[in-house]
Amino acid sequence: MTEQRGRRGAVEAIGRALFVAVLAAFFLNLFAAIATVIVNSFARTWFGGWFPDGLVTRWYGYADSEFGMVDVLRFTLVVTLAVAFLACLFGVPAAYVLARARFRGKRALVLLYLLPMLMPPFTYGIPLASLLYRAQLAGTLPGVILINLVPALPFVILVMTPFIEQLDPNLESAGRMLGASPWALFRRVLLPLLVPGVLTAALLVVVRTMGLFELTFLVSGADSQTLVVALYSAIFGAGIRPAQAVDAMAVVYMGTTLAILVVALRFVSPTQMVFRVRG
Amino acid sequence: MTFRRGVLLSAPAVLFLVAAFVYPFAYGIVLSFTPKSGGPLANFTVFLGDEFQRAAIGNTFALAVPAALICVGLAVPLAYRMRRGIRGERALTALLVVPVTLGPVFIADAMLFYFGPVGWFNRVVEALHLTSEPVRLIHTYSAVLLAIVLTAFPFAFLLLLGYISGIDPVLERAAHVLGAGPWVTFRRVLIPLMAPGIATSFALTFVLAFGVFPSAVLLGEPGGSTRVLAIAAYQAAYEKFDFSAGSAIALLMGVLQLGTIGLVFAVRARLYSGARGGKG
Repeated sequence: MTEQRGRRGAVEAIGRALFVAVLAAFFLNLFAAIATVIVNSFARTWFGGWFPDGLVTRWYGYADSEFGMVDVLRFTLVVTLAVAFLACLFGVPAAYVLARARFRGKRALVLLYLLPMLMPPFTYGIPLASLLYRAQLAGTLPGVILINLVPALPFVILVMTPFIEQLDPNLESAGRMLGASPWALFRRVLLPLLVPGVLTAALLVVVRTMGLFELTFLVSGADSQTLVVALYSAIFGAGIRPAQAVDAMAVVYMGTTLAILVVALRFVSPTQMVFRVRG
Repeated sequence: MTFRRGVLLSAPAVLFLVAAFVYPFAYGIVLSFTPKSGGPLANFTVFLGDEFQRAAIGNTFALAVPAALICVGLAVPLAYRMRRGIRGERALTALLVVPVTLGPVFIADAMLFYFGPVGWFNRVVEALHLTSEPVRLIHTYSAVLLAIVLTAFPFAFLLLLGYISGIDPVLERAAHVLGAGPWVTFRRVLIPLMAPGIATSFALTFVLAFGVFPSAVLLGEPGGSTRVLAIAAYQAAYEKFDFSAGSAIALLMGVLQLGTIGLVFAVRARLYSGARGGKG
C-alpha cells in the first residue's frame, strides 16, 4: 500500500515537473525573443555580443521618416475602429434574430455566418481582392475596411448570439405590455442591456483586426497599409533598411496591440478572448 | 418577433456577406475554371502536373498535421493537470493570449533575430558547449513549425481547458471508487468525454497552420520545403498576375482544408459517440 502510494507520488512529481518544464520553456523562449526585439530597437548597432554597443532612440524617428510609421498607425486605428463599428452595427441585429427567433432556414443562415470562419482567408480573399482591384477599391481605405469586415462580421454575430440568449426576454415583454413602442423598447430596455456585450465584441474585433495580416495584405497599397502589413513589408525588405528600424516598428506594433489587449482583459477572461463571450 | 422585423434586422449582415463573401467565392470558382489559356480544367492540370507546384500540397500538410498534433499533444496533458484549477491560472492564461495577439508576423520578426546565428538562443547554446557550430534554425522547416506552434498552441490549450474543466469531477471520483487508477480513468473516462474538444482543437490548430503564409515566407524556405499552398496561390495571383490560376490554387486549398476537417470529425464520431460531458 505504501509502496503503491510512493510510486503514485513519484508519478505525480514527474508530471508536475514536466508541466512546469514545458510551460517554462515555452514562455522563456517567447519572452526572450520579444525582449530581443525591444533591445534591438534601441541598439546603436548589434552585430555580435550579448548586448548592443550603446543605446539610442533614433530608430523610432527613422522608422517614422522611412516607413511613415505615424501615418501607418493612424491608418490602422481608423481601419480597426471602422471595422469594429460596422461589424457591430450589422452584426448585433443579426445576432438578435438568431438568439430570439425560430424560423425555417435558420441552419442555412448560421452556415452563411460560419463559412467565412471555416475557409482559409486566401480562398475568398484572392477572388475578392481581384474584384476590388477591378472596382478600383484596392489600395483605398474603403477597400481595406471592406475586406477586413468579412471575417469580423461573423465573429461579432457568433460572440453576440449567446450573449443575447442569456438576456431575459421577459424584460422585453414587460416593456411591450407597458406600452413601449418598438423604438422606446430598443432605446430604453434593450440598448442598456446590450452595451457591455457590444463593447466587448468591439474590443475583440479591434484586437483581431490589428493582427489580421492576410486579407489586408491582398488589397493594401503603398499608403494603405495597416501596421502588421507594414511590418511584414519591412521584414521582407530587410537588408535595405537597418534591422533596428524594423524592430522599432515591431515595438510600436506590439505596444499598440498589447495596450488594447490589456484593456480587453479587464472585461473578458483570456479564454473568451480566443473564443466567445458568454453571459 | 414578426417575420418582417427579423428580415429587416438580418438584412444588413446577410446582404454584406452575400456581396463580399458568397459572390466573390462563387466568382472565384468561375474564375478558376476559366483559365487564361486551355480548357476549363487547365489551371488544375497545370498545377498538379508540375512537380514544383504540386509539392506545395505536401508541404502544407507536412506543416499543418505535425503542428496540430504537437499543439493538441501538449495541450491535453497540460489541460488535464489544470482541470481543477491551479494558482495563477488567470495570469497563465492571460500570458498565453500574448503570442496569439501579437500574431505570426511579429513572432517571425522576433524569432529571426533570437534564433538567428548571433541571437541569444545560439549564444546560450554556445556558452553551454552544446554544439560546436551555431544551430541553424531560421530559414528552415523547423522554424516555421515552431512559429506555428507558438501562435496556435494557446488556442488548443484554452479550448481544451474549457472542455476539461466542464467535466463533472464526480465522474472521476466514481471511476476511482470502482477501482480505476489515474491512467485508466484518464484513458477510459476523461479522454472520451474530451473527444469533441480534442477534435475541435485539432481542427482549429490545423486551420491556423494550413493557411500559414507570413511565417512560411519570412522564417522558412519559401522556394523549397515551406513553399505552401498559400505562397503558391499568392505567387500565381500577385507575381504572375494570373488571378485565375491564383483563385484555382486558393480553391484547392479551401477544398483540402474542409475535407480534412470533415475527416477529423468523421473519425471522432466513429471512435467516440454517445454521452458528452464537456461544455462548449
